[in-house]
Amino acid sequence: MSAVLTIAGYGFREALRRKVFAVVVLLTAVFLVLFWLANHYVFTRLSTISPPADVNVDTRTFAGAFLLGLAMFATLFLGVVLAVFLTLGVVSGDAERGLLQPLVVRPIGRTTLLLSRFLGAAAVCSVYVLAVYGIALTIIDLTGHWTPPAKVAPGLELAGGVVIVIALSILGSVVLSSTANGIAVFMLFGAGLVAGLLGTIGHALNSHAILHASKVAAWALPFEALYQDGLRLISSNASGLTGFLLQLGPFGGAYVHGWGIRVWAAGYLCAALALALLAFSRRDL
Amino acid sequence: MAPALAVHELAKRYGSVEALKGVDLSVEEGELVGLLGPNGAGKSTLVKIAVGLVRATRGRAEVAGARAGSRAARAELGYLAELFRFPGWYTADEVLGLHQRLARSEGGAAERKRLLELVALADARDRRVDGMSKGMQQRLGIAQALVGSPRVLVLDEPTSALDPAGRRVVRVLLEELRSKGASVLLNSHLLSEIELVCDRVAILRAGEVAAAGSPSELSRPRGVELETDEGLRTVEGATREDAARLVAEAVVAGRRVYGVRVLTSTLEDTYLEAVGEEVS
Ligand SMILES: Nc1ncnc2c1ncn2[C@@H]1O[C@H](COP(=O)(O)OP(=O)(O)OP(=O)(O)O)[C@@H](O)[C@H]1O
Ligand SMILES: [Mg+2]
Repeated sequence: MSAVLTIAGYGFREALRRKVFAVVVLLTAVFLVLFWLANHYVFTRLSTISPPADVNVDTRTFAGAFLLGLAMFATLFLGVVLAVFLTLGVVSGDAERGLLQPLVVRPIGRTTLLLSRFLGAAAVCSVYVLAVYGIALTIIDLTGHWTPPAKVAPGLELAGGVVIVIALSILGSVVLSSTANGIAVFMLFGAGLVAGLLGTIGHALNSHAILHASKVAAWALPFEALYQDGLRLISSNASGLTGFLLQLGPFGGAYVHGWGIRVWAAGYLCAALALALLAFSRRDL
Repeated sequence: MAPALAVHELAKRYGSVEALKGVDLSVEEGELVGLLGPNGAGKSTLVKIAVGLVRATRGRAEVAGARAGSRAARAELGYLAELFRFPGWYTADEVLGLHQRLARSEGGAAERKRLLELVALADARDRRVDGMSKGMQQRLGIAQALVGSPRVLVLDEPTSALDPAGRRVVRVLLEELRSKGASVLLNSHLLSEIELVCDRVAILRAGEVAAAGSPSELSRPRGVELETDEGLRTVEGATREDAARLVAEAVVAGRRVYGVRVLTSTLEDTYLEAVGEEVS
């Protein structure tokens, strides 16, 4: 346990020194100010907004859910940026620089070392995601007097999505160089976005094949599915559900959702971690 | 008792490169063994396998009777890598503190102070690593390897970046360690250093042991040199036993003898012979 804390603390200090946190906090502050401005303008001009004809909700709910959906996307994106920069070089990058070898030969061992790095990054990113999500909720509540029917669960799903990205990034760091790994993880994240977009297109075109492809992609990249499920939750008791969800931006409607995807995401996370540990245990350093 | 470190039939292949082709080597309890060999001979590969950083393709490696790379083996080891770096934002003291926690050393501040003094870094205790010269970092690396007083020390070119004074510090340190019963495997290109401190030497060439033995076994007699009024004359193949007779013969022949010297081939000669270079 003390070894886990030692290594997690080591990673945390590295992130502090490399100014990862400084950059993320700055970008987050910029985002939150813009988000507050957007809320301010939307809710002071609420009467000028009219929801699409097929959506049977009042204007305030429509605007609130739309803005929160946007904030959730931004939170996921910023959380993924943080996750990738915390973990992209934990194995190959550190091994190339000679930082890893002195640690690995200590009794702590490879498994504990990698798990500690994972847990450290997961803790930091989860706190970050929940904080940004919480502030976004508060901004909407203060400026627009609207809160979603489910408040906590969507935040947890976003955090879960980012934790999955951390596991993938750590797995990638075992087999790829830092740069290649960073590119790979962002590409996967992009692929998730495209999957959401495909779902929206498939729905609009009423194409079963495209919808199916989107679903397969969401299961293959469950951080995207968790995000979609979060979108579903913030509007779950609004009527005209499907049509409404479609309006939540280009990055996804809730085509995959429910407990099935949550359990799958948990299993996926464990599998990615197990694979990373196995690959790391066999890797020459 | 199991040797401090032993490898048996050890082979390692990196893709098409055969870095080790079946090497046998052991470091007994309390012994200091030097590993020599040209660049690319496989020295670092051997020690990386011994400390569990690299997986052998074939053969066995054990540390204090435990499989190399196992937790029990790692608990006995102190290791200085050939290429390593400590996080630049740690101070010397913090680096040692980190390794104390990881090695479960109970030594506390007293051990850190003692180790920094040992490598002559006491003044740099609060200096950050990224503000240290290469040699200072290597000294810190040596101190790091000694954290927790490991039974087996594996040092991969510990003096490559050190100034002459630093090399001497390391030499004295190694002798001190041996007197305390630690076992050491030492990679180095500095033959004089190896000759001075090692009980045994193994010379690797292209992944195989080309020669092995104590430094004195590896330094063979090479002749006797006689300085007379006719100049310098070397009698090839003569030994110490022949020296007195050679002097007497020269005197009988009417020569004035100013000096006589028994020549032995140095470890360097043996080394160059073993690795297949011309002895000049
Ligand atoms: N990670 C690796 N991938 C591929 N080949 C490697 C790797 N590490 C070492 N080699 C090869 O294995 C051989 C032995 O290398 P090693 O580093 O053990 O040599 P060395 O005796 O320590 O040399 P030096 O004196 O230069 O440190 C070399 O041919 C080297 O090119
Ligand atoms: Mg080497």
